[in-house]
Amino acid sequence: MAAPVEQTHASGLASVKHVLLVLSGKGGVGKSTVSTQVALALRQAGKKVGLLDIDLCGPSIPKMLNLESHEVHQCPEGWVPVYVDKEQRLGVMSIGFLLNNRDDAVVWRGPKKNAMIKQFINDVFWQDVDYLVIDTPPGTSDEHITVMEALKEYKPDGAILVTTPQAVAVGDVRRELTFCKKTGLKILGIIENMSGYVCPHCSECNNIFSKGGGEGLAQHASVPFLGCIPFDPQLTQSLEEGKSFVDLFPQSQTLEVIRTIIEQLINKPDT
Amino acid sequence: MSSNTVPTDAPEHCPGTGSEQAGKADACGGCPNQKICASATPKPPDPAIDEIAERLSHVKHTILILSGKGGVGKSTFTAHLAHGLASDDTKQVGVLDVDICGPSIPRVMGLEGEEVHQSGSGWSPVYVEDNLGVMSVGFLLGSPDDAVIWRGPKKNGLIKQFLRDVDWGEIDYLLIDTPPGTSDEHLSIAQYLSKANIDGAVIITTPQEVALLDVRKEISFCRKVNMPILGVVENMSGFVCKNCKKESLLFPPTTGGAEKMAADSGVDFLGKLPLDPRLGQCCDEGKSFLTEVPDSPATHAFKNIIGNIIQRCNKGGSTEPDTGETQMDIN
Repeated sequence: MAAPVEQTHASGLASVKHVLLVLSGKGGVGKSTVSTQVALALRQAGKKVGLLDIDLCGPSIPKMLNLESHEVHQCPEGWVPVYVDKEQRLGVMSIGFLLNNRDDAVVWRGPKKNAMIKQFINDVFWQDVDYLVIDTPPGTSDEHITVMEALKEYKPDGAILVTTPQAVAVGDVRRELTFCKKTGLKILGIIENMSGYVCPHCSECNNIFSKGGGEGLAQHASVPFLGCIPFDPQLTQSLEEGKSFVDLFPQSQTLEVIRTIIEQLINKPDT
Repeated sequence: MSSNTVPTDAPEHCPGTGSEQAGKADACGGCPNQKICASATPKPPDPAIDEIAERLSHVKHTILILSGKGGVGKSTFTAHLAHGLASDDTKQVGVLDVDICGPSIPRVMGLEGEEVHQSGSGWSPVYVEDNLGVMSVGFLLGSPDDAVIWRGPKKNGLIKQFLRDVDWGEIDYLLIDTPPGTSDEHLSIAQYLSKANIDGAVIITTPQEVALLDVRKEISFCRKVNMPILGVVENMSGFVCKNCKKESLLFPPTTGGAEKMAADSGVDFLGKLPLDPRLGQCCDEGKSFLTEVPDSPATHAFKNIIGNIIQRCNKGGSTEPDTGETQMDIN
């Protein structure tokens, strides 16, 4: 592993304009999916984007963007993100790039995870990124406390909370809301993912994981509701193959929803 | 378990994080984690490990429910495995939820708002039925909005208390539901149970590669800490539309799904569970799907898998994780 770069604060996140965290109390609700799609859609909207994956034990981002075999390089300013495109408009950093074997488990306790996250925040050379999207693991523990501490001086814009509609997931996201309030992190809004599945055989919409839980929670907690992302097999397939859903399916209704979400994020009044 | 692990991304000649040379060897110079390693003086074995072994000597079978990935159905599966095992009145079943930051078990088992009571012999579990007791951090929280914002050591402390201080009585099965990942909670469980008799881990996954990727990591973890693996369960395998009754794949098994992954990794495959929206609904309402919807294909699949697990437990442990042999399911 590369050694830490000491004179970090000149690089770090100093040149990053906006920092968005993608959070959820619950696992498997689509944090990484939302993170990648938000990042891809922001790029499509002409922004320069960074995507940082701080899920150290279960990094999904490299797979979802088809970057699995890439490695991180070092330059005098720090670690160079792995770029999705030649134009370098979407850079990615994940622990997945530092593992020799994709099946390797990162069996680390808190302090090692914290050290890694601090390095990710301070030592990656993002180069004038408009939006840095940070994908997190589930929960409210080491990774979350550390990333909030490390981000303090960079004043993150806020958090996007992802949930699925069912009560079991919403219950965990309520706890994440409390985490945001306690750490003073602004909540940009809630996204309800896997909301409704249109049967490919008969076009009937099935509410697999119930419906409306995210919107109800947003009302209950008086935070903005950003939208419902349906369960879209094209999206799942794109993620499995590491292809860009937002570029492949420009007509998709799901993309419409993602674009609406992005617009709300871009056009929010600056604080 | 061995506490001396060499991280995958460590510098060459890393002495291992648990070694006496950790943080002090020549190779440690320049390693970003040098300070952390150097500050961790080797500790004597925790006396709690023996106390836990004593406490759990009253438990016939201990099963861990693991998954690298979140949201694949660990808690749903744990709850229904418990319901299924407890449907035999002669068996006593306990469920321990060690997901400290996202405890779902109280809701899935219909115990929200319940509290834990203390007696001379320890914490008393909350009982769903006479023969089914549950313990979760959820019972210790005042409100559903309360977040447990704890770093590793505090989580480990509570897990230790759960294992050592809960008075399960004489029970046949203890099911331990875990959070996703391979970190503090998992290491602690493996460490604290190192002298107790564990039957093994049941690993839950969904069929898509994004999930399998994390599950392979969990299998690597089990091997690192010498945790036997009872087998892999594939959840949310297919979905049957309520309108046209045709099946579709929500999470396409682009790399062959869990069955192939299990075969490739040399672990047993315990079965597939189709996605039935009524199952999710039962979890939200805290009811047992097995008794609410007894005729669903998902219920039959559940019962088969539960049968497979009982069979493996009665055999006295699991197959060796490294033998690579797959056993036939006789049911």
